[in-house]
Amino acid sequence: MKNLLYLFFILPFCVFSQEKITGTITENIDNKEIPLSGANVYWLNTQVGTVTDFDGNFELNYKPEYKKLVISFVGYKTDTLSVNAPKKITHSLTSTANLDEVTVTARQKATSRSFIQATNVLNVSSAELLKAACCNLAESFETNPSIDVNFADAISGTRQIKMLGLTSPYILITTENVPSIRGASQAYGLSFIPGTWVESIQITKGAGSVVNGYESIAGQINAELQKPMMDDKLFVNAYGAGNGRFELNTHLNTKLSERWSTGLYIHGNMRETEFDKNDDSFLDAPLMQQVNVMNRWQYTDTENGYVGFINFRYLNDEKQTGQTFFNPDNDRGTTNAWGSEIKTQRFDVSGKFGFVNPEIPWRTGGLQLAYSHHDQESYFGLNNYNIQHNSLYANLLYNSIISDSRHKIKTGLSATYDGYDELVLTENFNRVENSVGAFFEYNFDNLGDLNFSAGIRADVHNRLGTFLTPRFHLRYSPWDKSAFRISAGRGKRSANIFTENQQIFATSRSLNILGNGGEIYGLDPEIAWNYGVSYMQGFNLFNRKADVTFDFYRTDFVNQIVVDMENPSEVNFYNLEGESFSNNFQAEFNYNPFEHFDMRLAYKYYDVETTYLSGKKQTPLTPNHRFFANASYETNQTAKGGNWKFDATFNYLGEQRFASTETYLNTIGLSEFSPSVSTVNAQITKVFSANFEIYVGGENITNVTQSNPIVGSDNPFGTTFDTTYVYGPIFGSSYYAGLRFRLN
Amino acid sequence: MKNVILILGMLVVGVSGFSQNKNAKATIEVDGVCGMCKERIEKASIQAKGVKSATWDVQTHQLNLIYNEGKTDLTKIQQSIADSGHDTQDIKAKDEVYEQIDPCCRYRDQQVIDDHKQDGE
Repeated sequence: MKNLLYLFFILPFCVFSQEKITGTITENIDNKEIPLSGANVYWLNTQVGTVTDFDGNFELNYKPEYKKLVISFVGYKTDTLSVNAPKKITHSLTSTANLDEVTVTARQKATSRSFIQATNVLNVSSAELLKAACCNLAESFETNPSIDVNFADAISGTRQIKMLGLTSPYILITTENVPSIRGASQAYGLSFIPGTWVESIQITKGAGSVVNGYESIAGQINAELQKPMMDDKLFVNAYGAGNGRFELNTHLNTKLSERWSTGLYIHGNMRETEFDKNDDSFLDAPLMQQVNVMNRWQYTDTENGYVGFINFRYLNDEKQTGQTFFNPDNDRGTTNAWGSEIKTQRFDVSGKFGFVNPEIPWRTGGLQLAYSHHDQESYFGLNNYNIQHNSLYANLLYNSIISDSRHKIKTGLSATYDGYDELVLTENFNRVENSVGAFFEYNFDNLGDLNFSAGIRADVHNRLGTFLTPRFHLRYSPWDKSAFRISAGRGKRSANIFTENQQIFATSRSLNILGNGGEIYGLDPEIAWNYGVSYMQGFNLFNRKADVTFDFYRTDFVNQIVVDMENPSEVNFYNLEGESFSNNFQAEFNYNPFEHFDMRLAYKYYDVETTYLSGKKQTPLTPNHRFFANASYETNQTAKGGNWKFDATFNYLGEQRFASTETYLNTIGLSEFSPSVSTVNAQITKVFSANFEIYVGGENITNVTQSNPIVGSDNPFGTTFDTTYVYGPIFGSSYYAGLRFRLN
Repeated sequence: MKNVILILGMLVVGVSGFSQNKNAKATIEVDGVCGMCKERIEKASIQAKGVKSATWDVQTHQLNLIYNEGKTDLTKIQQSIADSGHDTQDIKAKDEVYEQIDPCCRYRDQQVIDDHKQDGE
């Protein structure tokens, strides 16, 4: 309306200009164009305009600098036309009343795989994350067949993830593309990211991009956190489980100005109830408490093309586990009772600044900076383990094109610093690692059936030396709805042997490093090549959408730090001599058999072998066969936005090899292979409205448990004590309930 | 010293006065109806020599172009698009080329346009 008023004042002054445009504005009723009188017609970002007359006609002054003509009328969709010459314009407006009737709400797919990207990326949306009201990042993969989730040991309650049959140290885990779970946080870091903070997850199988460094070997997991500008003003999630776990998540987001938004994310969880269902005198799950606070600042200036994030985060996590009658005040350091405490404090600051040239949209730049201080103090029985890790990360990125937008380039510089202060039993392992590197990646896209990216980076590292990291990805679509992909790449990393294998401290084994004078604990860096092929095909089955994916990945270690537990009284770390590889085949089928019902089936075959001092063997606790099924159904939404959601996941793990000799296994009552295990998880969510929902669920509903997860539990200070022979659930079935409340 | 800067400055101004804009921007109208058209239009644009970026909007039919004025001009770009079967604001595609595009992309056919409207596009 304001514009209209201006128009009346301005119009008389414009009569001197010579060129005019004329036109007719109409509306379409029953396929007939009816003139529309009283519609506003004006040049974008000016006060030059007019109103159509009774016959829908208008006349307006034209100047070459006017480019966009806006046509609007209350109750109609506003249209903007490009006008480059003074000519006659005929335009039909669409009534918004009509638009409402044809509004199509597409249901967002919870997980999706792109047909277009060169890399094999699985995108997990927040809808998928809600399927299992899981509490932290480690548990959010339970409904996903590409990632395996296992317990790392029988006492710490820590879940360990695997990809392509390789444990998480071989996966680069980033938070908003900044490497976040590495070094000292490797073992427990996934439980330090609350599930509700995560907005979406991208899982890339195989060699990743050179942009994020040289460390990824099996793949990359990136978690995007909630953005203060997009997230709810207030969000509360309260959760309680029969296994004594309680959890509270609160998000508070405010828009401070046109450009600044901030969010405060508070997470607390605790478990104070003691359970020993299997009567082995050990707690089935640790007592724990965690406080996790994050403050995010988001800056967006779309006009000038600046975006930025600044995050501050503090974490305090405490776990106590061991025998039920263990009292840390009196029993620590004694053999009265076996107990363990793991206390972690962590402080993070990170910032991200991006620039998009508004004039030349392909020219973008960014800077990522991160600092973290990680401090873990812990003991496992009589074994002490402390680690402090100060880490700095900087990555400067520039994107542009060569000749045209089919040829994109990314280039940049990065620098890292890692200072470790580590106490293992009574020995100090302090060291500093730093590196500087440069990378260049070329992307080609023919805008049709072919695209590829080829990247290389060169890094100078004080302990890994000077080395090159090449990575290559290609996608080709020979026919409709298909994607054939190949990838290859190299990864290199320094193994943090103790922090990555903390479960070894909760055993009676002696620790030995059989070093060769290498730069990291006397050992050499790990180097591996990863190759992959995958084929994806979308099709219609009985007129409903379906897709199948087959992929095969092979990881070949040039050097690996072998964690050898084949001798039951020792853990030996040494450089690989001989072959070590992981072959992984996966077949996945997604189908939508009827409205609102999704199902996913996956079969996986693993062949992971390493050459130990005692010969080439299957990696322990890695099943050859795994089967996965997930089904989800939701009812139609009511007018208020309410509905019911049902979700169930079935997991089958084939038999797994135990480390150690057969004779030893016989004496402790285990055979060479574990039995196969199947578990079922399910959840029901009742959504009342967009603001409120409640959920109930069950984990391990069929109540499958490993009968004797702790070997030698009757004499924890004896020679056979070992908590690492874990192949299945320790805790029986467990039920939980919770609610989510949000205000926009 | 000041003089040198002045002369250099004048030289730069002089040179840039004659040079053509390497990142010239233009928005033209191109007819089409669907995502497949978008792919075809953008591909035809980018394959025209000197075009650096092309984005076409299904709703508004606007093609945003960034191109090197020294290598091409809007007529050449429009010709390349018309050769792929799409009418631009100044150049109409030849009927025989138009006939070759996918039936669902026949933007001159009212029936096809209506079909796409019903898809919610």
